[in-house]
Amino acid sequence: MLSFIFRRMVSAVVTILALATLIFFAMHAAPGDPLLESKASSPEIRANLLKHYGLDKPLIVQYGLFMSNVFLKWDFGISYSQKNRRVNDIIRDHFPVSAILGLLAIVMATVGGILFGALTALFRNRLPDRVIMMLVIFGISVPNFVFAAWGQYWFTVLNAWAGWTVIPVAGWGTFHEMIAPAVFLEVGTLAYLTRLMRSSMLEVVTTDYIRTAKAKGLSPLRIFFSHQLRNAILPIITTLGVALAAITTGGFVIENLFAIPGLGRYFVQAVQQLDYTVIMGTGVFYGAYLIIMVQIVDVIYGFVDPRIRVSK
Amino acid sequence: MNGFLSKLTILLFVVAAVVPAQSATAGNSKNTVTMSLTGEPPDLNSMRATDTQSGFVLGHIMQGLTSRDKTGKIVPGVAESWKLDATTATFKLRKNAKWSDGKPVTAHDFVFAWQTVVDPATASQYAFILYPIKNAEAINTNKDGKKASDLGVKAVDDYTLEVAFDKPCAYFLSLAAFSTYYPVRKDFYLAQDGGKKFAADAKNLIFNGPFKLDVWEHGSKMKMTKNEFYWNKETIKMDVIDIPYFIIDAKARYNLYKDKKIDMVGLDSETFKESIKDSFKANRFADGSVFYLEFNHRPERVTRNIKLREAIRSIYNAKEVVDKVIALPGNEPAYTLFPKWLRGVGRSFRQEYPVKSHKVDFTQAKKLLEEAKKELGLTQLPPIWFLVDDGAAPKRQAEYVQGQLKKHLGLDMNIDIQTFKQRLSKMSSGDFDIVAAGWGPDYDDPMTFADLFTSWNENNRGKYANPEYDKVINEAMTTIDAKKRMDAMGKAQDILIRDVVILPQYERGIVYLQNQKLKGVVRSVVGADPNFIFASVE
Repeated sequence: MLSFIFRRMVSAVVTILALATLIFFAMHAAPGDPLLESKASSPEIRANLLKHYGLDKPLIVQYGLFMSNVFLKWDFGISYSQKNRRVNDIIRDHFPVSAILGLLAIVMATVGGILFGALTALFRNRLPDRVIMMLVIFGISVPNFVFAAWGQYWFTVLNAWAGWTVIPVAGWGTFHEMIAPAVFLEVGTLAYLTRLMRSSMLEVVTTDYIRTAKAKGLSPLRIFFSHQLRNAILPIITTLGVALAAITTGGFVIENLFAIPGLGRYFVQAVQQLDYTVIMGTGVFYGAYLIIMVQIVDVIYGFVDPRIRVSK
Repeated sequence: MNGFLSKLTILLFVVAAVVPAQSATAGNSKNTVTMSLTGEPPDLNSMRATDTQSGFVLGHIMQGLTSRDKTGKIVPGVAESWKLDATTATFKLRKNAKWSDGKPVTAHDFVFAWQTVVDPATASQYAFILYPIKNAEAINTNKDGKKASDLGVKAVDDYTLEVAFDKPCAYFLSLAAFSTYYPVRKDFYLAQDGGKKFAADAKNLIFNGPFKLDVWEHGSKMKMTKNEFYWNKETIKMDVIDIPYFIIDAKARYNLYKDKKIDMVGLDSETFKESIKDSFKANRFADGSVFYLEFNHRPERVTRNIKLREAIRSIYNAKEVVDKVIALPGNEPAYTLFPKWLRGVGRSFRQEYPVKSHKVDFTQAKKLLEEAKKELGLTQLPPIWFLVDDGAAPKRQAEYVQGQLKKHLGLDMNIDIQTFKQRLSKMSSGDFDIVAAGWGPDYDDPMTFADLFTSWNENNRGKYANPEYDKVINEAMTTIDAKKRMDAMGKAQDILIRDVVILPQYERGIVYLQNQKLKGVVRSVVGADPNFIFASVE
């Protein structure tokens, strides 16, 4: 077991190193020049800037410096576009925001997904199933920012009608302001999990142990909660880690619409502005985060499903 | 697990329902203006800042030697009086000008800031704006072994600042109001981790302007409040400038305005239509910048041929582009590089040096094209490359030009759509025939536009080079006689039009909504915009 974990860790570290290398060279190969601004600078000022950012050194030297700074000193350097901020500070300040938003969204999506999934399975081919599955198709196929833009419009109508801020249009800080963006952020995941839960429930219903439980004369409620639900939930848990990572990193559009100071904005804008240090910082950080999430899910999975522990 | 999670969700919703809503609608509380910025100011270090968002904040929390009144006219700032001639300027500083910790603003603070700006190690992209000062350019470009201490600025005593010039600078008083010229206090600067943390956060800044920055949560919010140490604080009516949102999406900003959460909002074509539906009354403001199609004059490009450029101008209808293609009210068709707001000798520059709009003439255009082909020695012109930014509006404009060229001249055009940074990169390397470009003024003098097309200007990306043009600009640069300068600039304007260096498109207008309780907001073409220094809430 320990050697298993050790091997997983080594492969995680190698993956992260490879990822950092890949991002570094892809970024430098991308067309454009990070130092160009709409107002041109003289060759002398440009030379000063190149020196300031260490871009005057050969690429391979820059690479070596970057890797040693990141992996030995855990220092990503200073942002090109926010000229007084360290990338470490950007990650430290803004990742928690994305994480809270992502967590809230994933909690909603999971609870909703399990609930609706179970409902549709119970009422298979009847009205609740049909209605929910139709909504699910909407949720999966329409991008979340469409819902969000539409929602924001109706919030203004609602607030004007009520005379007070029932739902804030945008902003970040209070819990009140977190709900709407979290709801819009999780629509796609909620829909996906609902479908997953539905099919998983339907599969479980036809298994032998359910038949045995019924034969033993257990109450339908007991069967539902301790046998059906617990088994049907397993595929959901497997997807949760990746879903959480995807939701925390993919909140860019929602963060923009709701003026949320999350890391997603920096992640995407850095690429548009060719902000080298922020691209590297957020890229490596998110990559490491994703890899770690996947590992954690493996462990959690072991707890929920005893069969996995036994086989190890 | 399921039980726990559902209980948690139910709890979350209950909490959501009972959390009291914030009821402070914008403009209701007295003398507070609430607004949003499209992005966080990237750099509040006045010595390095280059962008408009930073300029907006800096313009409220700092003050230079000179300042501007409601009409944009230069008035005393930290300096209460001055003497200016062709070679030197002497500023007398007011004794009651203070930093936000109560210490006086002295001449040394200006000396320190200006020396730091021109120091190559600072790598300030706006260092060039100090070049009129003696030795500034040499120091900044590492020439003649000049050091920052050689800069032509001296604190004669705590309240007297002497400036020596490399060449006469008629608009120096306007420059003295610009953010790169703001004072920075050496002891405070060095106390911020040797300057490395200066302006990194609100606590790493010190203020001498009408407001101070109280709150700066990165990526999230800013709040400026009245500075009790500002020498002229009696005239400031606004207590708080609150910026709780950095939000780039125009629609979301519009919704915030509609929800009475912000007091001002800029509109794009989509939100403008909505604002009409919602019966809001929009305001207009020409922001002072000019947009144009810039030709590539490099010898390997067909656009080097003046007949071809004339042919293209003959089919180009600036009014039609503004009305039908850009289709956002506020913009005005442009026929010259010099926008309407510029001042000349006595009246506006454009009144004193008027231009005629060129005639659209398709037969003439065809004739010019034939002559161009002959001069270029080509029977068929290669496709013309049009470089534009990525985005719906630039693309639409490019497609319009593409259609016109094909229809009236039978010319093919390739549209090269690039991201902002890549467009700049291609502009610098000359990889285009025509590029959609624009220019916003740095100071209020025609020179901020005129010197763009001199052969030595790095922003002259089409590499137009004409000794005659360089000569008239040099004339304007070596005198402080207003009439001589403006005459030279008038000549420059004629040359630009004669040589079809650019094809002016429009003077940009901004359409915006503003809470009617908010009075005295100044929209300015140079300096902080919008300017709340003279504003109040009714």
